[in-house]
Amino acid sequence: MADLAARVRDHFTRERWINIGLQIGALVLALVLTTVILVAAGAPPLSAYWQIIKGAVGSVTGFSNVLVAWVPLLLAASGVLVTFAAGLWNIGVEGQIVFGAVLTTWVMRLMQDTAMSPALVIIIALIAGMVGGALWAALAGVLKTFGGVNEIFGGLGLNYVAAALTLWLIFGPWKRPGIGSMSGTEPFPDKLALPTIAGLRLSPWSLGLGILAVIIVYILLERTYFGLKLKATGASNRAAFLLGVPTWQYGLVAFLACGALAGLAGAVQVTAVYHRLIPSISSGYGYLGLMIGMLIAYRAAWVAPIALFFAALNIGSIQLPIVLKLDSTLSGVLQGALVLFVVLVEGARQRYLRRAGLKPGGA
Amino acid sequence: MPKTRSSRVLIVGALLLMIVAVGLFAAACGSSTETTTTAAPATDTTAAPASTETTAAPATDTTAPASTDTTAAAPSAAGYTFGMLLVGPYNDHGWSQANYEAGQYVEQKTGAKMIYVDKVNTADRPGTTPEQLAEDLVNQGAKMIFFTSDDMKDGVVAFAKAHPDIPVLFTSGDTAWKDGKDFQNLPNVSDIMGKMEYGKMMAGAAAALTTQTGKIGFLGPLINDETRRLAASAYLGARYAWTEILKKDPAQLKFTVNWIGFWFNIPGVTSDPTQVADNFFQQGYDVVISGIDTTEALVEAGKLAANGKKVWAIPYDFAGSLDEAPTVALGVPYFNWGPAYVKAVTLAASGKWASFWDWNAPDWTDINNPDTSAVGFKKGQGLSADASAQLDEFIKALAGGLNLWKGPLNLQDGTVYLKDGEVATDQQIWYLPQLLQGMEGQSVSK
Repeated sequence: MADLAARVRDHFTRERWINIGLQIGALVLALVLTTVILVAAGAPPLSAYWQIIKGAVGSVTGFSNVLVAWVPLLLAASGVLVTFAAGLWNIGVEGQIVFGAVLTTWVMRLMQDTAMSPALVIIIALIAGMVGGALWAALAGVLKTFGGVNEIFGGLGLNYVAAALTLWLIFGPWKRPGIGSMSGTEPFPDKLALPTIAGLRLSPWSLGLGILAVIIVYILLERTYFGLKLKATGASNRAAFLLGVPTWQYGLVAFLACGALAGLAGAVQVTAVYHRLIPSISSGYGYLGLMIGMLIAYRAAWVAPIALFFAALNIGSIQLPIVLKLDSTLSGVLQGALVLFVVLVEGARQRYLRRAGLKPGGA
Repeated sequence: MPKTRSSRVLIVGALLLMIVAVGLFAAACGSSTETTTTAAPATDTTAAPASTETTAAPATDTTAPASTDTTAAAPSAAGYTFGMLLVGPYNDHGWSQANYEAGQYVEQKTGAKMIYVDKVNTADRPGTTPEQLAEDLVNQGAKMIFFTSDDMKDGVVAFAKAHPDIPVLFTSGDTAWKDGKDFQNLPNVSDIMGKMEYGKMMAGAAAALTTQTGKIGFLGPLINDETRRLAASAYLGARYAWTEILKKDPAQLKFTVNWIGFWFNIPGVTSDPTQVADNFFQQGYDVVISGIDTTEALVEAGKLAANGKKVWAIPYDFAGSLDEAPTVALGVPYFNWGPAYVKAVTLAASGKWASFWDWNAPDWTDINNPDTSAVGFKKGQGLSADASAQLDEFIKALAGGLNLWKGPLNLQDGTVYLKDGEVATDQQIWYLPQLLQGMEGQSVSK
């Protein structure tokens, strides 16, 4: 027995090292691919990377902008983790952000001219965002549970509906006086904005919300019986069901939790970043959150650093067009390549482990 | 055991790669100083020969004496860096390119240096705001910022409030117009607009002088004060040419506006301008006047003409846009931002920046003079010799004081806009509340 335990321990440490090595390898492969693209485009790769780093962490404003982007990414990615744990591909997270933003805007429009205290309005608006996101997620969940519509297709469809709804509202009932503008609805008065740190766009409140969300999701998934059952549902729906886990209820709850977090991201975009509803209010953070989820495969502890890395890439890459006349979508290429290679490497690892006669463990 | 060996190989391989990555990173840091400096735009800021054309400085109708006397002395802003935010791609053959090239003109005339970000809109750069991008430009050394789209208004206000010491130029805005509806007391913000109403009248006239079906389409962007008044100007020009030059029955002229929803195509968000232009042509509209930033209408006309259809188009914004389909282009009303931007940069660089609002007319002695005229009209090959001569007469009449913004004019819903003989004020034109009677299409976004 002792011998076996040692072997198992030995195996796990070795596997752990292999995993770390593999993931670094994936990162390097992604960098190599991006570099090849840069070179092919005739751009100096090293100064491109340098500009990204400088843009992201080279100044207080730059880094605070990174944190501004980090918050919705944190919320979306940690929400996605909950659904991932339940084995659900909640691609509808994008639409859940959008619908959260829509409800937040709606509530603020209703209350902005009342005598209610701004703080209360903001709190209600944030809650409305969470409710909105949860409702939108519930739609995907109900479609999945009772309609037999795969959550990927349902979610994707609902994303389009949410985007179309936003556009209709901005150019229709919520348009600025006489003008339908791509720049969105009329901005809310300053008093209805989440307070920011002087001179920066960063709101400590939204930052706090983002960090709190990650902690809650981490505890929920890693330290609670609920999280265990959720993961059991995700690992094998049937086995979990046979063991007495009410699986479809758990799936729905996962949808609601993810939707609430995504909706909060939308609410933060409205109350702390744009101060109005704009056509692309989600800024693609839902899809980025999904990529982060795939990249870190379930492990909640990794949400914060990887989301920060993605946010830094997004903000830093804005320097590329300014300084190097490069398109800033390069950061998207790097992010996409990263996810691709990590998934690829993970696939290769599992294949290798199977061939070696070992049961593939957690990634 | 093979699995141990291969796992070792993997680990060693990964470590090697990691070392390479660290090396790359270190190299990146090490070489940063050289590489960043070489990255400056490859413009020819070789001591601009400003002396040649300075005699013709913006003496047209602008009210700024400062610019004329400062530009007279050679490069006035050498070493000064200005930042520009462009709403579309810098090479869009339209609005953004016209602004971008005006920036290059400023570099040439004043010795100042431009840095810019293009595609400043939340569809192309999700998660950003104009004010944030403006700050990025400031961090890269910009001392003043050009916000070159009406869509950036919120960004202008936010940025100007946060940075009251940085001169802000808001192209096409009215925030600095004391008599305007949207005046905001922001001392560091100035607005510049060209009187494109004239350019659009010429476009409308060229269209009416050419159409064989009597049906003119107007490919509109989004609906706001600016786009309404420009579409209406094109209609006024068309109606004048149709009834006064060609002496035709006004009832036989059809002028329809179709809005796509934004200044350029955003797939999935706006209507596809190619599709809208194509619909016009398929429905018997043989001339399409573009009001959007890009050249889809002209390109589409070129395609259809290649298949034997008799159609024409008039692009917008940028003098070089005719090249997209030269034979079917009747001409292009374009902005020439250069002179006004030279004025702005010169004022800012010399510390004389103050809030102003300029609505610059064409230089009627030569509307196509690149150093003096804010708005021009460049004829295309599609315009017949007859029509060209008639258009010249029309332009001459405009230069001589012909005013088409004169009553009787009704709004689209029939309410009186201008009584008989009443001349529209700047406010009435700028804030035209609806399209005019006789025009078809949406007046207000629903």
